[in-house]
Amino acid sequence: MTGRTPSPTPTELLTSLSRREFLRLCSFMTAVLALPARYGTRVAAALGEAATSGRPTVIWLEFQDCAGDTESFLRSSHPTAAEFLFDLLSLDYHEVLMAPAGEAAARSLAEAMERTPYLVVVEGSIPTADGGVYCTVGGRTAVDTLTQVAEGAAAILAVGTCAAFGGLPAAAPDPTGAVGVRDIVDGRPLVNLPGCPVNAVNLAATLVHHLTFGELPALDELGRPLFAYGSLVHDHCPRRGHFDAGRFVREWGDEGHRQGWCLYRMGCKGPAAHSNCPLVGWNDNTSWPIGAGHPCLACTEPRFWDTSAPFYRWMGEEHLPMRRAREREGEGVGVALGVGGAAVAAGVGAAALVHQRRRARRGADTPAPQGGAT
Amino acid sequence: MSRLVIDPVTRIEGHLRVEAEVRDGVVREAWASGTMFRGIEQILQGRDPRDAWVITQRICSVCTMVHALASVRAVEDALGITPPPLAVIVRNLIAAFQYLHDHVVTFFHLRAIADWMDVTRIAEADPDEAVEIAQAISDWPGNSPGRFRTVQEKMGALVASGLLGPLANGYWGHPGYTLSPEVNLMLAAHYLEALDWQREVVKAHAILGGKNPALQSFLVGGMALPVDLDSSAALNADRLAHLRELAERAKLFVDHVYLADHFAVSAEYGEWSSAGERTGNFMAYGDFPLDPSGDPASFAFPGGIILDRDLTAIQPVEHELITEEVTRSWYATQAGAVHPWDGETDPSYTGATPPYRYLDTDAAYSWVKAPRYEGRPMEVGPLARVLVAYASGVPRVRELTDGVLERTGLRLPEMFSTLGRRIARWVETAYLAELIFTWLDQLTEAMGEGDGRIHAGPWDPADWPPTARGVGFHEAPRGALGHWVQIRDGRIERYQCVVPTTWNVSPRDASGTPGPLEAALVGIPVVDPARPLEVMRVIHTFDPCMACAVHVLDARGRPIGTIVEPG
Repeated sequence: MTGRTPSPTPTELLTSLSRREFLRLCSFMTAVLALPARYGTRVAAALGEAATSGRPTVIWLEFQDCAGDTESFLRSSHPTAAEFLFDLLSLDYHEVLMAPAGEAAARSLAEAMERTPYLVVVEGSIPTADGGVYCTVGGRTAVDTLTQVAEGAAAILAVGTCAAFGGLPAAAPDPTGAVGVRDIVDGRPLVNLPGCPVNAVNLAATLVHHLTFGELPALDELGRPLFAYGSLVHDHCPRRGHFDAGRFVREWGDEGHRQGWCLYRMGCKGPAAHSNCPLVGWNDNTSWPIGAGHPCLACTEPRFWDTSAPFYRWMGEEHLPMRRAREREGEGVGVALGVGGAAVAAGVGAAALVHQRRRARRGADTPAPQGGAT
Repeated sequence: MSRLVIDPVTRIEGHLRVEAEVRDGVVREAWASGTMFRGIEQILQGRDPRDAWVITQRICSVCTMVHALASVRAVEDALGITPPPLAVIVRNLIAAFQYLHDHVVTFFHLRAIADWMDVTRIAEADPDEAVEIAQAISDWPGNSPGRFRTVQEKMGALVASGLLGPLANGYWGHPGYTLSPEVNLMLAAHYLEALDWQREVVKAHAILGGKNPALQSFLVGGMALPVDLDSSAALNADRLAHLRELAERAKLFVDHVYLADHFAVSAEYGEWSSAGERTGNFMAYGDFPLDPSGDPASFAFPGGIILDRDLTAIQPVEHELITEEVTRSWYATQAGAVHPWDGETDPSYTGATPPYRYLDTDAAYSWVKAPRYEGRPMEVGPLARVLVAYASGVPRVRELTDGVLERTGLRLPEMFSTLGRRIARWVETAYLAELIFTWLDQLTEAMGEGDGRIHAGPWDPADWPPTARGVGFHEAPRGALGHWVQIRDGRIERYQCVVPTTWNVSPRDASGTPGPLEAALVGIPVVDPARPLEVMRVIHTFDPCMACAVHVLDARGRPIGTIVEPG
């Protein structure tokens, strides 16, 4: 390549997208962000701008992580990971994806930090116990690296529940003193994008929001964007009608399970989970956990590893809508499963009660996970 | 003698540091250190064993479902539960899709891009010649002049802009890169295509597991995914058709792009068939039951042990011979080498205070423990799996292996090498891309017969024995994975994982014997110590996963309790 090529249009730069696909991408992002449709053109202009001139520098740090949020990022479809990587962002530091290693990687970090202000993405929790020895990169502790990199950040995205709130490493008994970014960094714009892992749609939308408006979207009191975490899974669950009508799955693979009834009694934590999962789904809206027949874990909530556990214990009667619905519930099950089914359901109930009593007895002297949702 | 430090080792999962003594341009000694620890086993203690798969799945999300599968198998083993055939088939499918996804992504996005390719040479390529080369090895329709030109312009513009993003500061221009500009262009085109491909193919995991990463449909006793041909809320005829479509798409790309490019790279870098393997011992637990009963005798990949590279005498794996020790790891010393049932772990960091420049490699230097089989370090992973299957006479594995050896002009003993690890990945990816259709047929048949059983009990802990212990194995893409669980009064009393990278990236043991990666690095040339490309190539053929490798154990040495006899 010699000399400057004429400025390509955004659609040429964005990998093999037709104009129509590009506009669809922009309107999809506008919709996920819950912006009025007319903002679609503004999103389009911003993405075009990023693609043609100033791909912003992004530094992606990993600490006590499992690379789940990185993998989720690679599943992004609007825009795709390839578009983020080569058209929209300059992802100058990302240990899983970058070419250089060791000293050369450290040089990439140093060079990126000169391009202030940059965006910082953090994945994984930060261990604070015992001088931070539980996570070092290049001989430096996570606390040290994060503190230094955060100084030049235009904004920090804490992706996944570990970076947002400490996540699994911080679950009882928190062996390494693991915390989220918010406990380390002060005075920089911070957005928490919890989820185990973060849903690629919400990460993409937050990045697109920042590219478009130069700032973070509106947040709730836990620093989560309202567009993604502003409502409960339970409120938008396609199985909500079954919950209201008292139609519950009682056993894995039973008639209700096959018909897509409510998983509340199997331990679903949808009533405690702030997430747009039921609206945007996963992997291009192919499915989502409840769609695959498994209860929600409320993985977007702080300390969910403790408060949602045991995962298959139900949240109790108080969430059931009303007494009348509870009465209807018995009829519903009886009608659907016949007498035998009702008897099985009663048996399960009794066993669960015995088990709960045993648990209550043990509770006093056994070191149990904290919280518990009963 | 000079000390080479690579930290972070990039394009792997997790935090790995390698130090090496280099003299006269050759690695004389090497040390591998895991530098991150979470204490997941401590977190598991006291919890409901039915929750363990959810927690252990977060050990690593690169091959995202492997710990979930090992975990449910361990608890099922403890409780004497046999999952129904549908669950066995669905688990096979989930794991097989994981292999295809992981091996392809690892090859294009984590390895080829900077271990074998030089992206700065793409601009020099003649796109028409690149198309000719590509079409000579594969009839993939993406190998078109228009496509290759677009990619060349795109990558050229990226390099010219000076903003190379993740490609900045690569070892570009290193004399070790010998691929022609045209082959570099072909690989770059496929790198981009594979990014889109992986996003599509992984939808099989969403269908079977609700989402990827971190699938959410496993259960102790089976799967939570209801199966009913006629229900819109279950795995039905429509989703089965979607699965088949995704399997076809996966196989097409594997056969026409992944395997072809693999061949192109292997042909160019044939010298790596004589370096990078020095341990000589291999272990596979075996997995992928072809019989829906789950019978180990029907494993598509049989288990076995190879000692001293002797392929004529495959021995069965005897699990009681597995031990771990912590002489050179950051844990308080325990009584020598102990079985996973008996391991006491008391983390005790004795390394330098960060920030540090060098590890004290004469003392403890890693969060990774040292697992041994009858006292020997063992290599696990694709090479172990394929060699054990080959030596055990699995017909399809023999055909595929012989075929690729013939094409590349290599002999079987040259499989014990860096290149051999690559070839083994090639073989097992091709093999599983075929087997997926066997399991799809089994699934279709079972569904047609109206089999809707996806789960077997007892589910309620009140119906469990007061104490129980069990072990669960899985052949993860990176190798032999084992979970050991002990249950008391419906709760986890102890939990132990011995994972593939713990075997491969293990530190030295009490006798000073290095782990397989440490051994493999000895003798590797380093042309330019500032750009240790050769060392990265050897490290990368082990596909380390450090989040997995670091032992998931009690971080504060709290009492773990006594050993439980099987209930």
